[in-house]
Amino acid sequence: MNKPKRIKTQKNSRFWNKLFSYAYLIGLSIVIIYPLLITVTSAFRTGNIMAFDLNFTGPWSLANFSRLFNNTLYGTWYLNTLKVAGTTMVIQVAAITLAGYAYSRYRFIGRKQSIKFFLIIQMVPTTAALTAFYVMALLVGGLNTHWFLTVIYIGGGIPMNTWLMKGYFDTVPLELDESAKLDGAGHLRSFWQIILPLVKPMIAVQALWAFMGPFGEYMLARFLLRTPEVYTVAIGLQTFISNPREQRVTLFASGAILIALPICILFFYLQKHFVSGLTAGGTKG
Amino acid sequence: METKNNDHSLLSDKDQKKVRTAMLLSIIPGLGQLYNKQLVKGALFLVIFAGFVIELILFGAGAVQGLITLGTVPREDHSLFLLIEGTIQILIILIYLVFMAAVMMDANRVAKKRIVNPNAVNYTVKATAVSVFENGFPYLLTIPAYLVMIFAIVFPVLVTIFIAFTNYNFQNVPPANLIDWVGFETFSSIFTLTAYRDTFFAVFSWTIIWTLAATTLQLIIGVFTALVLNQPHIRFNRFFGVIMLLPWAVPAFITILTFSNIFNPSVGAINTQVIPFFNQIIPFLEIPAISWKTDPFWTKIAIIMIQGWVGYPYIYVLTSGILQSIPNDWYEASVIDGATAIQKFKHITMPHIFAVAAPIFITQYTGNFNNFNLIYLFNEGGPGSVGSGAGSTDILISWIYKLTTGTSPQYNISAAVTLIISAIVITISMIIFSRTRAFEMED
Repeated sequence: MNKPKRIKTQKNSRFWNKLFSYAYLIGLSIVIIYPLLITVTSAFRTGNIMAFDLNFTGPWSLANFSRLFNNTLYGTWYLNTLKVAGTTMVIQVAAITLAGYAYSRYRFIGRKQSIKFFLIIQMVPTTAALTAFYVMALLVGGLNTHWFLTVIYIGGGIPMNTWLMKGYFDTVPLELDESAKLDGAGHLRSFWQIILPLVKPMIAVQALWAFMGPFGEYMLARFLLRTPEVYTVAIGLQTFISNPREQRVTLFASGAILIALPICILFFYLQKHFVSGLTAGGTKG
Repeated sequence: METKNNDHSLLSDKDQKKVRTAMLLSIIPGLGQLYNKQLVKGALFLVIFAGFVIELILFGAGAVQGLITLGTVPREDHSLFLLIEGTIQILIILIYLVFMAAVMMDANRVAKKRIVNPNAVNYTVKATAVSVFENGFPYLLTIPAYLVMIFAIVFPVLVTIFIAFTNYNFQNVPPANLIDWVGFETFSSIFTLTAYRDTFFAVFSWTIIWTLAATTLQLIIGVFTALVLNQPHIRFNRFFGVIMLLPWAVPAFITILTFSNIFNPSVGAINTQVIPFFNQIIPFLEIPAISWKTDPFWTKIAIIMIQGWVGYPYIYVLTSGILQSIPNDWYEASVIDGATAIQKFKHITMPHIFAVAAPIFITQYTGNFNNFNLIYLFNEGGPGSVGSGAGSTDILISWIYKLTTGTSPQYNISAAVTLIISAIVITISMIIFSRTRAFEMED
């Protein structure tokens, strides 16, 4: 007697669960897509628009994109950012891979102290040291230059990411090193030929993050880069939208798309490696 | 490596004396090595030592003196440069001291080795080079990371600490003026001068509220979305999965600037499109236009919601990964025991998520504590003012930015606030890290 009733309530609750789940997912999807779709459609709209809204009436054109490259410094900003982001990525990934490997595979004097130093120093909110960067830049001529900004970006990312990298190296079994050593491989060969290929996914994820960082960083770039010719895209695009009397929102939208699209593609391409990269540092000391 | 210290008792008094002599001689790096008959190594270390002494005479002594006085003649002495040069010198001395300690340990180790196993000691150039490569390889690997960190983190931190104890502000700009040490005056003025104190506490309390509210919101949305989407009966989960990740894939500054425009109170899409839409489809609903960005309360609400939007995918990805790693038989066993869905969540799912992700959740809180981009790009910390240049939605980091970049920069106050922020963030992180065993290491 009891049984049919129980099945019925179960069915009932499953129905409500499904209804609620889909309602939630669809609702959230709309909230996510609405502002993004506004940006995408605005990029192709013509005429002077004061503010974004979702509007499919057209007329459509690519005029914004040609204006972007002909009438503004957008192309320069884009190249500047690629330069800063590319350099940051290469140097930072190289530095953290080498250091992460050393901390994972070697037991040397000062190792523990050194790891603790990395853990503590990664907590320092370096971007807040604006005054110090200003004074340093004055002394070494780093104001309004890309190299100074790049070095700060590289340094800021090293402690935390070395830590994550070490965690990922720790997941590669030690037996591989030992058998490589038995086969006569030296330090360099076992690192380069045996271990490095196995951590490629993590290196790819780290490279993506190191590359994305300079695209989105605003505070230091705004503070250290003083003239429009050296701006990165984040500061440049903000000038389109920050002035209340001269809102160039369609230009902003088209510029934003050209940044977001390549980054999104890279992001989804590497996305399956994110979780292992994120948790590797935490699960193993 | 450290076990070798235990064989002290095996050495005779004479040998022990030898070991001690080798080590003490190394206070001048190289002498200990020469005493150990390692001529190449000793000569090399002596050269480094000589280089340090020459550096100290030519540059170092003056630099330290400059750091102490910060200059005596305006326009001739540039206090800032003296401060920087002094800081460089302090770093050089610190690095030298580490080097000296390493050399002393080396002399000690080699001296013992010479007594126990004389043939194992390297005397020739080639043997030394090989041994440096063999034992020094891990150090070699970490050098690039250290070099950049010293320039980009350690050095700025030292300079920030020094500046917080000076009177460097818009009234004292070198080279026209000299900067002086003022001790704790900067800190005490933050807490005693009414203007700064009121601003500091207003900004500080909003920073705390903002951090707690925004981060908790993003954690709730992230975990909840992962739970909903990981139910086995949900279809199109791939499709939804991609959409849920979009806010992370699109650079945050783009979405923040877009939202800044969408939330414009007079022409933005929320007031001109979204609210009218709901008013139309829901009978009897009459929401008036909301003064986002001009009313502090509604600006704060908007900022917190936007951070929920921008920040949840990270948590969602993390939680999804953890959910998939929970063994299915745990749930099956709990069903046999008659557990309800809520009980399963409370006793299996939630503890497991927290066990793995707690440290990362904490970094989300400290990250939002310093989330400059959202606060500044959305509304430049406005509307209104809570004094000393800070707007009603400014958090400590954006206040620092304004203190440094405004028309009358207060560099020393800004540096002091930076130190306060760092102290808070580091203390919290240390407590968490020590609880989560991140500091406990193997071997």
